[in-house]
Amino acid sequence: MKLTLPLGLLTLIGIHLLFLFCGYIAPYDEAQQDRMAAFAPPTKVHLARSYPYIYVCAWNAHETDSGYDEDCSQKFAVHLFVNGGDSHLFGVASPGRISLFGTDGLGRDQFSRFLFGARLSLFAGILATFLALLLGTLIGMTAGFYGSFVDSTLMRFAELFLALPWIYLLLAVRAFLPLHLSPIQTFFLLVVIIGAIGWARPARLVRGIVLSGKERNFVLAAKNLGASNGYILRRHILPQVYGVVLAQAALLVPQYVLAEITLSFLGLGVGEPAASLGNLLGELQQYHVISSYWWMFLPGIALLLIFFSYFVMANALQRRLKFIAV
Amino acid sequence: MRFLLNRLIHAIFLLFGVSLLSFLLLSLAPGDYLSEMQLNPQISPETVAALRHQYNLDRPIPVRYSHWVAAAVKGDLGFSFAYNVPVTKLLSSRILNTLLLTIPATILAWIIAIAVGVISAAKQGRWEDQVASAGTTTLLITPDILIALVFLWVALRSGYFPVGGMVSVGFDELTATQKLRDITLHAAIPITILVLSIIPVLIRHVRATMIEALHSPFVRAARAHGIPRSRLLLRHVFPAAANPLVSLFGLSIANLLGVGLITEVVMSWPGMGPLLLESVQARDLYVVIGAILISAFVLQTGIFVSDLLLLACDPRIRKGAR
Repeated sequence: MKLTLPLGLLTLIGIHLLFLFCGYIAPYDEAQQDRMAAFAPPTKVHLARSYPYIYVCAWNAHETDSGYDEDCSQKFAVHLFVNGGDSHLFGVASPGRISLFGTDGLGRDQFSRFLFGARLSLFAGILATFLALLLGTLIGMTAGFYGSFVDSTLMRFAELFLALPWIYLLLAVRAFLPLHLSPIQTFFLLVVIIGAIGWARPARLVRGIVLSGKERNFVLAAKNLGASNGYILRRHILPQVYGVVLAQAALLVPQYVLAEITLSFLGLGVGEPAASLGNLLGELQQYHVISSYWWMFLPGIALLLIFFSYFVMANALQRRLKFIAV
Repeated sequence: MRFLLNRLIHAIFLLFGVSLLSFLLLSLAPGDYLSEMQLNPQISPETVAALRHQYNLDRPIPVRYSHWVAAAVKGDLGFSFAYNVPVTKLLSSRILNTLLLTIPATILAWIIAIAVGVISAAKQGRWEDQVASAGTTTLLITPDILIALVFLWVALRSGYFPVGGMVSVGFDELTATQKLRDITLHAAIPITILVLSIIPVLIRHVRATMIEALHSPFVRAARAHGIPRSRLLLRHVFPAAANPLVSLFGLSIANLLGVGLITEVVMSWPGMGPLLLESVQARDLYVVIGAILISAFVLQTGIFVSDLLLLACDPRIRKGAR
């Protein structure tokens, strides 16, 4: 039990490094198409005595369910640390293609697209969390510390943001902004939208802590010794808030990643050809894709592992927090 | 009564604020439904200008807002550009379809959540509890989108359930019982998705409050009096634990509406979700505002109802309220 927190943290850091270096780890670019291999199932990796190799899959209609058959006459070895043009962690010599998660309708490698998409979605979620917590902490601290008129105004304003179901609010703010933008613009737009509507809940939490925190004896003592408001906020109030903010972060990141996924899934987020987890799942909305190509679910299943690590982390942080409070 | 009145006034102010905020945001947005029309060479600029004048789009925002509020109080939420019908008419048919999913899903989810939560609290740490908590954890980390997609796959693959829409082709020729059967079959999968998406939070709360109540001294006293365990759980512990759950009921509506939107889009259910999505894409200003306002209204109603329930089942609040 003691190890949950460090282990969870290590796992999370590992996952994020994986996505941060997705350009190196992914065997192909996210937009690289191969129209001859649309909806190809995941490539089978065969183990030989000396090295793992794959068979290239040749188009062979009506033979199998997927329409693809392995052509066993040619063998392509899987090389590690490829250095040709740009370097990749692994790859095979062309015309062989290795696609661990299969390919999509344009023959793009799903595994590469998953890595690139997860990078976009995760970092959008993390940046949005950062923004929301920054705003929430500032507003919450202001409201809690100055009290009276400032407090009631800010909190009434926060209630407006809490009075709407979350997705509706997201759509409302999205509706206000231009629909067709470049992927980079959309990325930052999404971060700002999600962060700007997410501040209300952390602000209320922080306010509650500051309300009780400013009455503690050491704060009162500092005040009577003539400390300025800025000094008290920075040195005495802020440290009391850290724990809750950190625990909130572990809760909010998956939620905001999900917000990005939802918007892209509904076609209001990052557009083609850039990959996002929402785009990848969005393809499953077509009935023929979802019913025929099971490997299109693989990004979603991989997503579960990411969310599970965050869940474990949030739980461990909250338990630690309770322990400190007692 | 003061308590309820306060909450009511608060809710009305909140709705007013939401309307102001959404109106401001959407009016400031670059481009509107008519600006798409300007690109069409077959429509003369004069026509567009006339339409703009007709819909008051050429007036300043405060004037438009005051016009809109004056009409909204009378129950007229404006006019849909894309559908060419009053927003109220458009929304009222869609909200009914949405409620057709959300109300049964809420009832079902609470029944299951209370049963599972009470059992796992009573058997805390035993295998029943562990199975339940493994299940809730799995559901909790699974995004609603993925749950919806998995059930779409199940529906498509099994072939038992019709996919897409609310009724089959030739619905009008069916008899009343057949109609009921048809809608139930269409609604079964969306309702399942909704229940599974909202249930983990409910189960965890029921379990936590039940465990807290089980540890209070009056339970030990009751047990010492020889009250049987099942009666103890249902008659003594559960009412004591009900309080936070009633508050949760109101808040769970928000979650439900969100999940409902995704479910409706994935299953092509003709509810509020797809309508809102379409109107956001088409910049159908008044429909977006109407849909947002109605979602806020539903949420506030949920919170109000849970306040009423709280008042009914907790004498402490009644006393305080007087």
